[in-house]
Amino acid sequence: MAIGKSVNRIDAIAKVTGRAEYTEDLYKPGMLVARYFRSSIAHGRVKNIDVEKAKVLEGVEAVFTFKDVPENKFATAGHPFSIDPDHQDVADRLLLTRDIRFMGDEIAIVVAQDEIIASKALQLIEISYDEYTPLILPEDILKKDARQIHKGSSNIVGEHQYSTRDLQVISGDVDDALEKADYVVEGNFETVMVQHCHLENHIAYAYMDDLDRIVIVSSTQIPHIVRRIVSEALNMPLSRVRVIKPFIGGGFGNKQDVVLEPMVAFLTLKLDGRAVQINLSREECMTGTRNRHPFHINVKTGVMKDGTMVARKMDAISITGGYASHGHAIAAAGGSKQSSLYPRMATKFHARTLYANIPVAGAMRAYGSPQVIYALECATEDAARKINMDSVEFRLKNIARQDDINLLSGKKILSCGLADCLLKGKAFMDWDKKKKEYEKCKSGPIRKGLGVACLSYTSGTYPVCVEIAGARISLNQDGTVHVMVGATEIGQGSDTIVAQMAAETLGLAYEHVRVVQTQDTDVSPFDTGAYASRQAYVVSNAVFRAAADLKKKILDHAGLMTGKKARDLNIINGKIVDTHTNAFLMDMKTLAIDSFYHKERGCQLTADVSHKTTTNAPVFGCTFVDITVDIPLCKIKINKIINVHDSGIILNPVQAGGQVHGGVFMGIGAALSEELMINPATGYIYNNNLLDYKFPTFMDLPQIHHDFVETFEPTSGYGNKSLGEPPVISPPPAIRNALLDATGVSINSLPISPHKLFTAFKKNGLMVSKGDADV
Amino acid sequence: MTTFREITFSINGRPRTLYIDMRKSLLEVLRQDLGLTGAKQGCGVGECGACSVLVDEVLVDSCIYLAIWADNKNIRTIEGEAKNGKLSRVQQAYVDEGAVQCGFCTPGFIMATTSFTQKCTGEKITEDEIRKSHAGNLCRCTGYQNILKAVEKSIHPDKE
Amino acid sequence: MFDLKKHMKANSIDHAIALLLENPDARLIAGGTDVLIKLRNGKPGFSELVDIHSLEELNFIQQDEKNNILIGSGVVFTDIIQSDIIKKHIPMLCDAVQSIGGPQIRNIATIGGNNCNGVTSADSASTLFALNAVLEIRGKGTTRQVPVSDFYLGPGKVDLKKGEILTTFKITPENYQGYFGYFYKYAMRNAMDIATIGCAVSLKTKKHIIEDYRIAYGVAGPVPMRCPKTEKSVINRKVSKSLLDEISQTIETDVSPRTSWRATKDFRMNIIKELSKRATKEALLRAGEEV
Repeated sequence: MAIGKSVNRIDAIAKVTGRAEYTEDLYKPGMLVARYFRSSIAHGRVKNIDVEKAKVLEGVEAVFTFKDVPENKFATAGHPFSIDPDHQDVADRLLLTRDIRFMGDEIAIVVAQDEIIASKALQLIEISYDEYTPLILPEDILKKDARQIHKGSSNIVGEHQYSTRDLQVISGDVDDALEKADYVVEGNFETVMVQHCHLENHIAYAYMDDLDRIVIVSSTQIPHIVRRIVSEALNMPLSRVRVIKPFIGGGFGNKQDVVLEPMVAFLTLKLDGRAVQINLSREECMTGTRNRHPFHINVKTGVMKDGTMVARKMDAISITGGYASHGHAIAAAGGSKQSSLYPRMATKFHARTLYANIPVAGAMRAYGSPQVIYALECATEDAARKINMDSVEFRLKNIARQDDINLLSGKKILSCGLADCLLKGKAFMDWDKKKKEYEKCKSGPIRKGLGVACLSYTSGTYPVCVEIAGARISLNQDGTVHVMVGATEIGQGSDTIVAQMAAETLGLAYEHVRVVQTQDTDVSPFDTGAYASRQAYVVSNAVFRAAADLKKKILDHAGLMTGKKARDLNIINGKIVDTHTNAFLMDMKTLAIDSFYHKERGCQLTADVSHKTTTNAPVFGCTFVDITVDIPLCKIKINKIINVHDSGIILNPVQAGGQVHGGVFMGIGAALSEELMINPATGYIYNNNLLDYKFPTFMDLPQIHHDFVETFEPTSGYGNKSLGEPPVISPPPAIRNALLDATGVSINSLPISPHKLFTAFKKNGLMVSKGDADV
Repeated sequence: MTTFREITFSINGRPRTLYIDMRKSLLEVLRQDLGLTGAKQGCGVGECGACSVLVDEVLVDSCIYLAIWADNKNIRTIEGEAKNGKLSRVQQAYVDEGAVQCGFCTPGFIMATTSFTQKCTGEKITEDEIRKSHAGNLCRCTGYQNILKAVEKSIHPDKE
Repeated sequence: MFDLKKHMKANSIDHAIALLLENPDARLIAGGTDVLIKLRNGKPGFSELVDIHSLEELNFIQQDEKNNILIGSGVVFTDIIQSDIIKKHIPMLCDAVQSIGGPQIRNIATIGGNNCNGVTSADSASTLFALNAVLEIRGKGTTRQVPVSDFYLGPGKVDLKKGEILTTFKITPENYQGYFGYFYKYAMRNAMDIATIGCAVSLKTKKHIIEDYRIAYGVAGPVPMRCPKTEKSVINRKVSKSLLDEISQTIETDVSPRTSWRATKDFRMNIIKELSKRATKEALLRAGEEV
């Protein structure tokens, strides 16, 4: 049995030996290097561009500008294709642009023999612009006479709302409920641009292996979607594009977008099939790919004296930057979480997504939920404090329970362990005792506090998008199996749990299952890729069916070989046994050799399943945090932090723990230090490098604790639900709530950096300059 | 003036003489001239540590180390750590403790741990010392938690 | 690849000086942690290099017969941290260089390079200011000694003429014997970061009276600086809690932090004041005083 065991990652040895090959490791001798010529302004239009000097530089193979690319706008978001034209992504991008929409926009591209020549060629390009005032703040973007960043858009990419009244799932209009509430608590919350910072930058190369076939090797989360979008961008039949995904050095959503692939494909087409690579620098990767949408959210919460929340009304603005990318889908996904986390109250969520002259936002771990849940868990805290109720008790009263109806989907919540998560976290923190102990730590320069926040997330994208997964399993001559899936391993460990699933259902040892790591759209089963924490959930339904099918074929063949009925046989620990007598009949290798080489019976035993999942299991969790605030130094120190998750059955506890640690770490970064800092007048990004973008180092983190409440989710193959993204969601509001607990100061914008603490402490009279020498 | 120079050095215990472009970093020579692609480039400016290797047993970022400086030196990279089909103690600890996710930072981290544990195996080491000795390596996947455990296990191989 | 046009390896200090004079556009490279990054970023003026990387002549930490502590400009930070001489006599310099970058950077970056960049955030600089370090600079047939405070001429500008090399940092016994010091780096992260403010305090006490007091800062002005008004006001005063408060008030008159995208002037001033107290307190504790 492999499910629930902490088997080692299937690719761990390849990775610790340095033998795992990533895109840059698959270097082709003589490969050309392409580098973008990027805009030095945030908003404008190219008046003139002269690339003649660059073209004649020795070692330059070609220079292309916006004049040379197809006038064929395409959408870059890594969503499955939607048959419904109203649900398709916004196609607002060209391969190169004359209209400048953010600083670093791609105007031209140089192809050269090496990177030094390419850099020199870039310096030889002469350009002049018509410059417009950058539109960065919502109030400027939405002004009636504001310039339209994309013609005809009014600078709004999307807008939607949902309300319990319209959905008619529970009675009551949110405004009525707010009116009837004992108290209404209101807050405005802000989040900023943060960046994925996967250690492997965006990289792709392309070449042609035939007159009309393009091969793209790319660090992508979504090989099959890349294939479709490249074919759309270049007007080529999809079957003539082949995408290969080697090992990936992290993605976190940033590689759920088609960023470099259409360009490398275009370049190899133009250069007679020669191999061309784009390998973004860290600096380019941080501003020229995607980041997390900044949000501005207003939340009104209606609360009764007994601790019942009765109404929540939210109004959100999401900023997508220069191009739509995932567009309004982020705000829509984020807004939906209120209805699964607090399903028993009148709710209204309204959101708009705006263009702005800032770097482009796209998908990032938890897709809109970190922004929305940050706001609503801060608001929940404020509501609890309004009626003087304990933060945990208040949440226990209001959170989702099993058999509640998710307001938005109308579906019953089949598994929900959130209350137990809260109780486990509370016990771990010794909450009541610490609360009391910290009552003495609310004055002076050093203060202490506790915070909590909850989260809810989904397992995949259904019913917004199709959820399709493929699995193909074949028996090898030596009695092991190879599994091919379309689910994309990007570091999160999906290949490992796929092997565990296959081993579990086939009755084989985990070590006897090999998952083909490299994906190749010519041969890999169709799956839309790694995003939405969908893979373990969605692929489980495909792997389970394929493994069950193969098992049946194996037992049928064993029946042929032994003359016994297949239904009387089973596979136990890789051996065929008679279930009546428990007698060992043969090992898997004997069976496999027979199936391959017996001259009359058998065949290569394989199973191939493509399966659509039409459910979506909500997951839950919470963060508890204990902090010390050094007021004069404006620093928060985390003494203790834990995330507790209900993600259904935990398939691999150690690897699952790793997902939680990574999410909490990213959440702590977003809470305290991470921000792409922008000059509000020019749109210039100050800190697009790993020195100035402050993601925590080894020395900036406490021990990260985690725990699970295992529920059984009946809609998935192995009782499991999603886990990859959720851990990032709740640390920021928990930390903000702990700061409020410690100091009485609410900081309603992220990150809670020393600078922000300084301003807030000063405003609240906490910065006394004398008498704190005791620290 | 040609930019090529001859250098001789030992790579994972074996001597090599190469005719290299002096403009290259050690990382580029390892990856492009020797096909040793285990060390990765994550930033190119010494901020992430993914390119860490040992030069005469000293941990360096090979992306900001001129290849010509490697002349007459002993270079150790991730490729030389597993021997005779067996992982090094540090590598095994990373596997066992679940310290590997996307794997891009892993070779650099393992070289940092290898450098660190060579100095302190069996000694009493604090968590702070472990954190400090690995602060030049960034990881975006693990929150460093299981890496911490792997380093502890590398120092005290017998402790389970 | 680095866009390197000319690389000249120097076999000795004299050879390096000769190469610098023969190649007026050339610059020195030692550890390379700053020069190679500038070269990579395409900054002009770095494509011809005179290479003093691991030049043995510049790699020494020693105490001479007069008890001067001499540190070669080519010494890497890790060697300073591990030096018994430094650990014993000027542990605050260990504090300071421990705070730099991460292990890989400390293994290769040199104390000479850190100071020749002429930046106010150089983590070793404020400590060297507090120690009244003297820099020995060699030219063709010349040797001159410059106090570290005179070496820094302005942002990115140091007192080095064509064909000159900084060779040695000298700390005389009257500047370390009997002194206790502390270095406090305030940054956004605990590693791999640039100081928002760096503060070095070095002091001497006798019978709870502060006999000498030096406080130096990085990033409190365009170059690293000492705080003469505060120092004067503290010398000969009795150790007390209120003195710490007083220091944090007076210090404002000595420093001139500025606003940049990294931090505002007000924020930096707050940290300057707070660190003056904390670093002084730690130094007093090391001196065996109670505060």
